[in-house]
Amino acid sequence: MAKRVGMEVSISISEAVKLANVDVISAYPITPQTHIVEHLSEFVSDGELHSAFVPVESEHSAMSAALGASAVGARTFTATSSQGLALMHEIMYLAASMRLPVVMSVVNRALSSPINIWNDLSDIMAERDSGWIQVFAINGQEAYDLTLQAFKIAEDPRVLLPVAVNLDGFILSHVIEPIELFEQKEVDPFLPPYQPVLRLDPEKPVSMGAFGSPEVFIEVKKQVEEALIGSQKVVAEVWKDFGQRYGRVYKPVESYQTKGAETILITMGSITETAMMAIDALREKGRQVGLVHIRLWRPFPFKEFLQAIKGAKTVAVLDRALSPGGVGGPVGLEVKSALFGKEERPYVAEFVAGLGGRDLTVETFIEVLDKAEKYSQKQKDFQYELIGVREK
Amino acid sequence: MIADDLKDFKKFTPKTLPREEPFVSGHRACQGCGEVLALRQVAKAIGTPMIAVSATGCMEIISSPFPQTAWAVPWIHVAFENAAAVASGVESGLKILVDKGRIPRKEIKVVAFAGDGGTADIGLQALSGAMERGHNFVYVCLDNEAYMNTGIQRSSSTPYGAMTTTSPAGKVTPGQTTWKKNLPAIMAAHNIPYVATASPAYYLDLMNKAKKASLIKGPAYLHIYSSCPTGWRHGADLAITVSRLVVETNIFPLYEIEEGRYTVRKNNQPKPVVDYFKTQRRFAHMTPDMLQTIQERVDRDYQRLLQMEGLTNPAVVKEERKVAE
Ligand SMILES: Cc1ncc(C[n+]2csc(CCOP(=O)(O)OP(=O)(O)O)c2C)c(N)n1
Ligand code: SF4
Ligand SMILES: [Mg+2]
Repeated sequence: MAKRVGMEVSISISEAVKLANVDVISAYPITPQTHIVEHLSEFVSDGELHSAFVPVESEHSAMSAALGASAVGARTFTATSSQGLALMHEIMYLAASMRLPVVMSVVNRALSSPINIWNDLSDIMAERDSGWIQVFAINGQEAYDLTLQAFKIAEDPRVLLPVAVNLDGFILSHVIEPIELFEQKEVDPFLPPYQPVLRLDPEKPVSMGAFGSPEVFIEVKKQVEEALIGSQKVVAEVWKDFGQRYGRVYKPVESYQTKGAETILITMGSITETAMMAIDALREKGRQVGLVHIRLWRPFPFKEFLQAIKGAKTVAVLDRALSPGGVGGPVGLEVKSALFGKEERPYVAEFVAGLGGRDLTVETFIEVLDKAEKYSQKQKDFQYELIGVREK
Repeated sequence: MIADDLKDFKKFTPKTLPREEPFVSGHRACQGCGEVLALRQVAKAIGTPMIAVSATGCMEIISSPFPQTAWAVPWIHVAFENAAAVASGVESGLKILVDKGRIPRKEIKVVAFAGDGGTADIGLQALSGAMERGHNFVYVCLDNEAYMNTGIQRSSSTPYGAMTTTSPAGKVTPGQTTWKKNLPAIMAAHNIPYVATASPAYYLDLMNKAKKASLIKGPAYLHIYSSCPTGWRHGADLAITVSRLVVETNIFPLYEIEEGRYTVRKNNQPKPVVDYFKTQRRFAHMTPDMLQTIQERVDRDYQRLLQMEGLTNPAVVKEERKVAE
């Protein structure tokens, strides 16, 4: 039976990858991702995991080797953060368009400069449009579960898309949490070995990565987009299956204390649990506030999201990435677009905070909610506000 | 040990050339392209079962305009600078899947192809990494001495003096001002089991080297001279002529480095380099002074190669001396 142990979240992810019996791991070190691949390397070295561990010379090659391995039909995993993800950028788009179901942990960290090893979401947000399925964990158990689920989702013949499992650098990756670990025999029926639809096979030669003229390019992109949108159904199936087997239920967006809430805060990732404490504190004072957190970022679950915020007068979005010269951050942009054109729509107050590891405390979320309500009353016309900037 | 790997190796003869064509006709290379000829020779020599990996460049573009393909073997192209990394993944994936019993235990040759730009410049890091890690695949650099696919820009493999669109022969600079990067030497410095140079004019030599490279366990590197009538401005009927002249002048000597041992194909009465330079308009602007400088450099480099052979492979040298006496 599953056992609950105190464990560093990064290590638990390696445990999940091991249970997935991954065939090829390509790895390059970068803080705060490194513990994941270090631990996998130990498993391979000790013979506990029968995988090829390819210690490549860059993240660009990590993603490239992952694609090569996936193309021959291997279950493939890699992990990175920040500058490493940026270096993979070129190959990210290819992974999706070539329909190669690589799974990657993205341990979110700010993009330089200044060089900074701490957490925000600027790394993954630069990959928003790469065609990857992108999920966000709010705690260690989720990071572990989502990693296992990711292989099943990615490799489903109806999907065949890469999946990025996001977890916050340090504040999630490096904390020790109680995590319920599965045993191999519990996981095997859920996650059988990868059965590729097409692979590089001398018995049945195919050409992968052909040159696409304007006559075919849009059609390929359309297919990828349809697969990505269609993946939400498979994600839901996998989560349902997982819930039935193991009792933990996952949804694309989750609501917390939203019943009767006039103001709803939108979050993503591990800050959600701190934000919940802020909601509890304000609820105790009688404030009608709630929280919605987005777990499935791509494909964006428009229907579920709109349902979750229904009835709110004010929506406060907390972004942890900035689109300089634009309207704030990517989540705010998405939320505003989702609402645009709807007859009844709440006032949206967009905040950007926590860049480069700046602490987000219960007080920060209270400040954000207070401001959102104040601006909503005045129907203040503004694009976004950067929270916590020191003027001196 | 490569001796074990090569114990069943038989050299090709004109009569034993394989009929099989992993790379078929109907591709869209320019008329008289020497690069596609070299590619075909390598593919034919190595044969099936093979998985080919291409870097972005002329050979990838001309062979795969969807929905057509010139590849009769499984083929993958991902990007420009990463053929060696993709091949690393292909090779690692095949090996583990065989180990786990998920695909049949059959020796599948993995061969990566890239141009000189994709090898000597933007792909050098990925190549170095793959060679150092010791993956079992053949990496083939098809060296047409410039970025042809994007319209004849200079690379670090463009020879001194050559005119390209980014090393033009202007009033101040006379074409390429730097010397060709010595890729085979860089690969040899990785201590891989097999490095060789080849030219498609010497097709049996080229095919034998490709076959050997594929039989040897571990990384193998082939550096193949690949003439480009479009970029070099020579007649479409001259690919073989220039590919032979470059060897006859010692500008591009043919040699092998097997586990560090050099074996040089001897050419002790070389033609003057000017014979080669006359054939291509990319060199049309070159002055006698420049040609003299090149001649000296070519002679010196050839002597160095012989010295390397003497140092690393005294048996061959002794044998040759005996024959000469
Ligand atoms: C990252 C990246 N930079 C630049 C290019 C543009 N590009 C495509 S092919 C090519 C030239 C290829 O030259 P080479 O490798 O020598 O091959 P050739 O076409 O000469 O055979 C260039 C510069 C690209 N595709 N990707
Ligand atoms: S440009 Fe040169 S290398 Fe490219 S296809 Fe034409 S002749 Fe061959
Ligand atoms: Mg070239």
